[in-house]
Amino acid sequence: MKRFLIPLGIFIVLVGFLAVGLKLDPREVPSPLIGKPAPDFNLPLLSDPARHLSPADLRGKVWLFNVWASWCTSCRQEHETLLEISRQGNLPIYGMDYKDQPADALAVLGSMGNPYVETVVDLDGRVGINYGVYGVPESYLIDKNGIIRFKFTGPLSREGFDKKILPLVKELQK
Amino acid sequence: MRRWTTFLLVLWLPLSAMAGEARPVAEDPVLEQRMIALSEDLRCLVCQNESLAGSRADLAQDLRQEIREQMRAGKSDQEVIAYLTQRYGDFVLYKPPLKPLTWLLWFGPFVLLIGAAGGLYAYLKRRTSRLADDSLSEEEKKRVTDLLANNGNK
Amino acid sequence: MIPELGNFALIVALLMALTQSILPLAGAARNIPSWMSVARPAARAQSLFVAIAFACLAYSFLSNDFSVINVTQHSYSRLPAVYRFTATWGSHEGSLLLWTLILGLWTFAVTLFSRHLPDDMVARVIGVMGLVSCGLLLFMLLTSNPFLRMPMAPDGSDLNPLLQDPGMVIHPPILYMGYVGFSVAFAFALAALISGKLDASWARWSRPWTTAAWSFLTLGIMMGSWWAYYELGWGGWWFWDPTENASLMPWLVGTALIHSLAVTEKRGSFKAWTVLLAIAAFSLSLLGTFLVRSGVLSSVHSFASDPARGLFILAFLAVVIGGSLLLFAFRANQVGLGGRFALVSRESFLMANNILLLTACGSVLLGTLYPLFIDALGLGKISVGPPYFNSVFVPLVLPLLFLVGVGPLARWKQASVPDLVSRLKWGFAASVVVALLLPFTMGAWKPMVAVGYLSALWIVVGVAINVQSRLRSGAGWSANFYGMNLAHLGVAVTVIGITMVSAYESERNVRMNVGDTITLQGYTFRFNGVKHIDGPNYTAERGALEVTRNGNPVTTLYPEKRTYLASGMPFSDSAINYGFTRDLYTALGEPLDGGAWSVRLFHKPFVVWIWIGAVLMALGGVLAISDRRYRAALRKQGRAVA
Repeated sequence: MKRFLIPLGIFIVLVGFLAVGLKLDPREVPSPLIGKPAPDFNLPLLSDPARHLSPADLRGKVWLFNVWASWCTSCRQEHETLLEISRQGNLPIYGMDYKDQPADALAVLGSMGNPYVETVVDLDGRVGINYGVYGVPESYLIDKNGIIRFKFTGPLSREGFDKKILPLVKELQK
Repeated sequence: MRRWTTFLLVLWLPLSAMAGEARPVAEDPVLEQRMIALSEDLRCLVCQNESLAGSRADLAQDLRQEIREQMRAGKSDQEVIAYLTQRYGDFVLYKPPLKPLTWLLWFGPFVLLIGAAGGLYAYLKRRTSRLADDSLSEEEKKRVTDLLANNGNK
Repeated sequence: MIPELGNFALIVALLMALTQSILPLAGAARNIPSWMSVARPAARAQSLFVAIAFACLAYSFLSNDFSVINVTQHSYSRLPAVYRFTATWGSHEGSLLLWTLILGLWTFAVTLFSRHLPDDMVARVIGVMGLVSCGLLLFMLLTSNPFLRMPMAPDGSDLNPLLQDPGMVIHPPILYMGYVGFSVAFAFALAALISGKLDASWARWSRPWTTAAWSFLTLGIMMGSWWAYYELGWGGWWFWDPTENASLMPWLVGTALIHSLAVTEKRGSFKAWTVLLAIAAFSLSLLGTFLVRSGVLSSVHSFASDPARGLFILAFLAVVIGGSLLLFAFRANQVGLGGRFALVSRESFLMANNILLLTACGSVLLGTLYPLFIDALGLGKISVGPPYFNSVFVPLVLPLLFLVGVGPLARWKQASVPDLVSRLKWGFAASVVVALLLPFTMGAWKPMVAVGYLSALWIVVGVAINVQSRLRSGAGWSANFYGMNLAHLGVAVTVIGITMVSAYESERNVRMNVGDTITLQGYTFRFNGVKHIDGPNYTAERGALEVTRNGNPVTTLYPEKRTYLASGMPFSDSAINYGFTRDLYTALGEPLDGGAWSVRLFHKPFVVWIWIGAVLMALGGVLAISDRRYRAALRKQGRAVA
């Protein structure tokens, strides 16, 4: 009569998976770009539209690429953390203003402070699509060879940064 | 009088041309059909669970536009899918690609069905033979008939 | 005051539920009549207090009490009264209270219609249902209390516009009647396992309850599908969304269960199967509840999730289902083997039916949970959507449809294959011919259409032959027999609807200026512009589309583009002209330049047949329950009392 135990066995396995599932976020999309070169772009700067920036300019540096917008309320949550990181000075942050009005973006940086070395402007979101952006804010850690090493989706918390990104930064900067 | 009618006629003609057959919203309806058909099997990443075809979210509109342009540039459906999965991963596909990871998903139900059908067949055969032993022997059958005939005459 | 009363009522209900479960179950185990007799009064008291709690919450909504958090989050002062009432169950907490209320209703019904059952069985059935009530009440009081208060808010955030619709009034209650109704079959199954008594009379007792629950679930799913169709604006009627799957799975298993019960009642076979299916049907109802409320899957239907809630439901699931399956593992071998039957017989056909339905259910479960499995194992993130389910589910359903046609004609114990062939061969031939030719009348010949027609016609042939045989034999009226055939006919009707609309629906997405026309499948639509209107809690641009056919007026349709005041949410309200052979479906898109609008138009042939078929299935179930066999039991109970 051992076959009568089969339903119970199946159920126990199921409950195991469901329990693990409670800790996961079904809506988080992991990036397939990890370990691949950061998609190229050549976008105008927010501070000076006549000048442009591309990832190639940042070879040799470990840097954080933060996608944000003035209309994004969650971005305000991480702003303080970004300012702290920028003040510490060992990890430069470059921003990308995604599908936004440059005037509004400048206003936000003016009133809340500017953690970015520079911010580029992605008006139509094309570069965002290339980076697999689906919900700002999103941050990418890019190494000296221009390879994406980590992606953080959602507002960057101090805790999240210290635990997940900082160790990687230290290693990459060696 | 004739000048007036001519004037009115001239005025009316372009107006009637305006109130005519409605044009499709899409610039290229055939391309649009193809785009919609493909998008129906793609997931809107910002929605809870909607297809890229039906979603009104900003990103969905951007991606639909992107797909249109790719198709216009002559890309095949496969190439468009590759473009999206390179950026967003397999999560964006509502039809899970067939790879070792999804073998259980695609083949599971049929394997289960065949297994169950086979099991059922074997079980029924076994059961019939198991129960065959339970049927009455000739002698027992005679006893039953006798008992029933003598019902009450004890 | 009223919310406090509601909260208090929930606490009292919990105490009553504890009484309802502990004493009768212990009393049945130890054979103490006084303890067992506590079952009915405690159950009735519990139901009453849950009803009081529900009434309190409803009152808070109707009276716009914005000091209750739930009311503020899901209602609005200018929301029409009927929707203020339905908002009572428009949230996680409220719908949970509805679940508990409906469980109370079923429990109350069991206390009324069970006088003919042995006392220990009644005690166990009511006791088990009481345990489920305990779990739900505890869940509400600990993690999801609808009566939590806040400082009085000026107004509410409004009910989601999608829910402000008559469908919302009926769909959840009917659906829950189905989900929760399977708890009765579940309780009967556990009572049988605990007592070790499982025979044909047990099957006869639990059958009407199970069929009733199944009928409600059929209607509930049908309403959900129809509501999605006319409300969501894209004309789809099934999306394989996790929540939809959560309702389909218990339905599939429930269908297997009612068929399995038939065998157990008539022939005493399939006992272990039937008990397992009863446990599985209710387990899937509970699993569905978990999936939608825990945040484990992403679905358009999901309530706001909270890890504490997810954990509680999972624990509840583990205890209830795990406990029952454990009981099953140890006691199932005692229920005994039933009568013998041949390789080809009604029993074997029904066994095949069970297996097909369970495999279909398994495939839906697999598809729904696979993304979770992959993610939990750290292997990445995938999505499983309609393309998968359609590819896998449809092939599994086709053999089932074949069985629906031939099964009822097979004799019990030993069916004669030559006999079946001779009775069915002409019907089959005719079906094949018609199925092959009919698609041509619709214009395009598609193989799946022929297959769909063949399946449906095959079922109709089977029903016709079955009914004809009975009429010829002069056997008289049988509600059970005709109910079965009506339900099977409903299946055929639904299959036709699905086949037609999937293969032959057509759509236009056009820009229309005032006076522009577009013709679709012989119907001419003329756009007469939009008018600004003010609704109770929204403003809208209301379009007017005049529909004619060959110059004869058909109707005027008024799709709207609404903006809801409290939330600012935009919403497209479609306008549909329903018809027996086709639906004309219109929706406003966006305003374009020059006063034009983008308009979506659909011609959907035979789409209502999908839902009419489901209604026929449910009616068939209701008819079957009304059979005098079950009423005889009640009459006996009346005589016994007198």
